[in-house]
Amino acid sequence: MRTRIRESALPLLVLALLAAAPFLGFGEGWAMTLLARAMILAMAAVSLSFILGGAGLISLGHAAMLGFGAYAVVILDDAGITEAAVVVPVAVAAAAGFALLTGAVAIRTSGVHFIMITLAFGQMAFFTAASLAGYGGDDGYTLYSRTSLDGTRWLEDRLVFHYACLGLLVLSLLLCRMLLASRFGRVLRAAKESSLRVRAVGFDPYPYRLVAYGIAGGIAGLAGVMLANATEFVAPSYIAWQRSGDLLFMVILGGVGSLHGAVLGALAFVLVEEWLGHITEHWRLIFGPLLILAVLFLRGGLAGLPAQLLGARNRG
Amino acid sequence: MSTQLLLVQALNGLQFGVLLFLVAAGLTLVFGVMDFINLAHGVQYMLGAYLGASFAAWTGGFWAGLVLALPVALACGLVLEVLVFRHLYDRDHLSQVLATFGVILFLNQAVRAIWGTAPLQVPMPELLTGGITLMPGLQYPVYRLAILGAGLATAGLLWLLVERTRVGALVRAGATNAPMVAALGVDIRRLFMLVFGFGAMLAGFAGVMAAPILSVEPGMGDTVLILAFVVIVIGGIGSVRGAFLAALLVGLIETLGRSLMPDLMRLFLAPSPARQAGAAIASMLVYIAMAAILAVRPQGLFPVRTG
Amino acid sequence: MMTIGRRGVLGGVAAGVLAMPAIRARAQQQGVKIGLVAVQTGPQAALGTQLRDGFLLGVKHLDGKLGGLAVQVVDIDDELRPEVAVTKTRAALERDKVDFVVGVVFSNILQAIMRPVTETNTFLISTNAGPSTFAGRGCNPFFFTTSYNNDQVHSVMGQAAQDEGYKRVFIMVPNYQAGRDAVHGFKSRFKGEVVDEVYVPLNQLDFSAELARIAAAKPDALFTFMPGGLGVNLVRQYRQAGLANIPFLSTFTVDEATLPAQQDAALGFFSAAPWAPNMDNEQNRRFVRDFEAAHNYVPGSYAAQAYDGAMLLDSAIRRVKGNLADKQALRAALEAADFRSVRGNFKFGTNHYPVQDFWLCKVAKRPDGKFQTETVRKVLENNVDPFAAECRMR
Repeated sequence: MRTRIRESALPLLVLALLAAAPFLGFGEGWAMTLLARAMILAMAAVSLSFILGGAGLISLGHAAMLGFGAYAVVILDDAGITEAAVVVPVAVAAAAGFALLTGAVAIRTSGVHFIMITLAFGQMAFFTAASLAGYGGDDGYTLYSRTSLDGTRWLEDRLVFHYACLGLLVLSLLLCRMLLASRFGRVLRAAKESSLRVRAVGFDPYPYRLVAYGIAGGIAGLAGVMLANATEFVAPSYIAWQRSGDLLFMVILGGVGSLHGAVLGALAFVLVEEWLGHITEHWRLIFGPLLILAVLFLRGGLAGLPAQLLGARNRG
Repeated sequence: MSTQLLLVQALNGLQFGVLLFLVAAGLTLVFGVMDFINLAHGVQYMLGAYLGASFAAWTGGFWAGLVLALPVALACGLVLEVLVFRHLYDRDHLSQVLATFGVILFLNQAVRAIWGTAPLQVPMPELLTGGITLMPGLQYPVYRLAILGAGLATAGLLWLLVERTRVGALVRAGATNAPMVAALGVDIRRLFMLVFGFGAMLAGFAGVMAAPILSVEPGMGDTVLILAFVVIVIGGIGSVRGAFLAALLVGLIETLGRSLMPDLMRLFLAPSPARQAGAAIASMLVYIAMAAILAVRPQGLFPVRTG
Repeated sequence: MMTIGRRGVLGGVAAGVLAMPAIRARAQQQGVKIGLVAVQTGPQAALGTQLRDGFLLGVKHLDGKLGGLAVQVVDIDDELRPEVAVTKTRAALERDKVDFVVGVVFSNILQAIMRPVTETNTFLISTNAGPSTFAGRGCNPFFFTTSYNNDQVHSVMGQAAQDEGYKRVFIMVPNYQAGRDAVHGFKSRFKGEVVDEVYVPLNQLDFSAELARIAAAKPDALFTFMPGGLGVNLVRQYRQAGLANIPFLSTFTVDEATLPAQQDAALGFFSAAPWAPNMDNEQNRRFVRDFEAAHNYVPGSYAAQAYDGAMLLDSAIRRVKGNLADKQALRAALEAADFRSVRGNFKFGTNHYPVQDFWLCKVAKRPDGKFQTETVRKVLENNVDPFAAECRMR
């Protein structure tokens, strides 16, 4: 029981800090935009961590799911529709649909091949978005207004937006955690260890993985809706393979196999980048080695840090 | 499209493929033998180009630049190996990915800090300037033929090394089953260092060779890296032979695709949208081809790993 | 080349100017803060560097002041990523409280930050990007550009091709919005036959396939728009393929940012621009001379237009006597454009885009070995961009 509390302590702390952040010096608009971006990417990272740690599916095309959600907002905005009751389901369905379609092909492979196929699909989405001249092509598209809830433009208030993002992040975490703990999740995790054994017991991993991939796509699509709202601007660069890479790195940094680790990884990436960027324009000279050191010394990623520290204390 | 044009395009594709092979060969060896995903291979290629450019400017000649750049690129590779990569061999692939990403960030920025942001100029070697007329009005630069020649020679050399020498046998054994090789008493650490250094040198060599025809700028390794990964996945990880054929294939698809796609689209669409749609599809063609090949042969064309 | 050094220089200049007993808090009121947006990361960083160098030289020539107010520059590296640009610009507006946002090399970045900047009633002065979106119905009272409208420059080349009597032209551009705009702009004035239109991927390295096509088509001339590294590769490979006898008409392909890498390969190639380093007026001679002395490379349009941006701000702030709060007056002062531009003739149109002359330029080698573009003849005079009529601003 104590380990369970200890395990949940860090993520709860982080979430509490995020909730209190507007009153702890992050109250200005630009700071909240930064945190909002971090939370949105954290949401996408959590969905990636769900399939990566939970099902062993390493996707290098996850940014495309975000992109589908964001572009759904764009297309509906261009048609004059901004009501959340329409936009959100469409975006989530579009992203999940893309995930199911591409997953149907990709999940037949594994390992490096899976990575490359998801990369391929991500690139296809990228080039398609760049050729949509009607929606700005690669110049991008500026939204006329943010998504409205019941007709009111609540999301235009920075504080409301902050808590909306936080709320969705928490919901994603809970959903993924619940799924992993369920029977569904157990099959997934067993298949990750050895699909041969799972098949021997009578389960075919393929449909489980496909469903998981679709769900992850849907969550990322929802994150995409929030991303479009955060900057009120959408461009194909959101779908570039480097952005998919960023998500992957956030998950790895946070600790593979830990959902809240993805949150930590996303926060670390966004906030450290911002902080170091102030110190010098050559901040990558510091950030690169920091990542290397994190890999070398933080086995289990950022999420494993408390355990590592406490373990060290117990020993010493 | 005339047959003459088609043949010229095929030659272009082969030459591009050979350049890709020079980059992919080192990558597949490292991945195959050491089970190590080295994302930083792209920046090693870039480093080679920058070193070649600097030494060429310093000594005033391309060849001197090449000769000086290779050992320095090798040295840089070994330094990276000792400082960073050595500690990652027994870690999982994802950790390797993140760490090598950190190396990319660092080196891209370092190159920018040292050499500045503007693209560098590398003069073509005197001996290889000029061209031969393939088609009326079109000169094929002798230098590109030299690249073709150098690539084929390297492929031959690699084949010789891997298939006919003892070290090569160890490399092949290591690619199939590294722990077994270690168990048999081979100094696996030395072998790894050798393979890694050689791979880094190959990448650097590709960078120097590419410098006179391609732009030397920060981030030039990133596009090449993605294509190199596509090549080794299609070819089969760990297989140099597979990398060679896959590289030629990718080069041909890229080049012929770009020339033929718009014309193909013209059969279905009006000229202007056909050109744009053709261009868009041509960009995706390599990935579509890769997906198709993997669907049929998931382990690539010449898989090395057994079990 | 490190910004720490440059910030140090600027800080030194500002500190020297503020040697009067002015505390930092008071300096914020008495000074003017500029958010300078430029790409400093990735392959296109050279353009951002030029922009920054040009603007800072302008400030230096004005003794560190714009319109009498001490200048503090906040550097914003947009990394060519719109979401990053938006976040950092918002930070500059809200945390650093910049009075003006200046710069922007690429149109998609400009598009992303237009609303965040202008919605806070802050003036956005572009010194390079000039998309048509904001020239016509999208024109904005808080937006000015000291460069041009993108379509205009391409149309200059079209006019030049028409004037030269070329009947069959081969067009090649990158497959993105600006590339498509280039084709559109060129065709608006070129009335001959377009033999072929080829769109290449943005990250293309090797043009051998396209060059073979050009050779097979045997056009009278090639028109191309290949910015940055694309241009470096194309020009070198074009020359190596022996195609240089086909006139090379281009925009943003052979400019001072790419010439150091292209060198002899680009000799004699044509370009279109509102400015070239060899323009013979007093302010341009001073600009080019001091720029080369400070940075050891030939300035390009990115630097020249940014320099003009500094001069524009100086004239406007001086006109309102430092009172930055009165936005109406400040706008009128900016519209007056009462400064001597390095390109000579300069005034704003009703849509806040410049009305200026355009030249056909050619790449030449200077006696000292450096390369630059030089004016050949004036193609368009006092040219208004094609979208100005749609602008509804008073």
